[in-house]
Amino acid sequence: MQLARVVGTVVATRKDPRLEGKKLLIVAPLTPEEVESGARQASPAKANYLVAVDTVDAGYRETVIIVQGSSARMAATCKDIPVDATIVGIVDAVKLDEKK
Amino acid sequence: MFLARVVGNVVATVKDPALTAKTILIVQPIDTDGKNSGQKMLALDSVGAGAGETVYCCRGREASFPWYPDEVPTETAIVAIVDHVQVQKA
Repeated sequence: MQLARVVGTVVATRKDPRLEGKKLLIVAPLTPEEVESGARQASPAKANYLVAVDTVDAGYRETVIIVQGSSARMAATCKDIPVDATIVGIVDAVKLDEKK
Repeated sequence: MFLARVVGNVVATVKDPALTAKTILIVQPIDTDGKNSGQKMLALDSVGAGAGETVYCCRGREASFPWYPDEVPTETAIVAIVDHVQVQKA
């Protein structure tokens, strides 16, 4: 699982039939430090974008939890469909313990 | 599987139904000396680990096996709390 921010949407008309009705969003992975400090999005130099299927009705600029790989298919509405990145949660707060 | 230290937590209200009532923690992978190695990641807790504890985590599809036969969407899970690590240095 990884933290990420929603930075855009994807529209595709021709696609696998099992992806019909699925919302596709572009997400930029973030480190916990970036989320805790309220950074708007990953610095462009190291930004690494992913297309993820949204299962929780996330919106633009929201911080979300994504899962990648075969676990992405275990989300509620993603059984047996060709996805490898899924948004499974909307983040309210991230807390990092104090550095010792 | 790899060793890690629990360094934080994440709160999410809207989430996949299979993640309800499960704890999402931030873990920092460590080497056998306890030094940080690699990037922090989110892991789903299956053993009740707490802040600062050394744990070991399982990655990939197998990460959802602690909750088997439920299919939980996570690719990293905390599967044990480490008491101690012993390494024989050559």
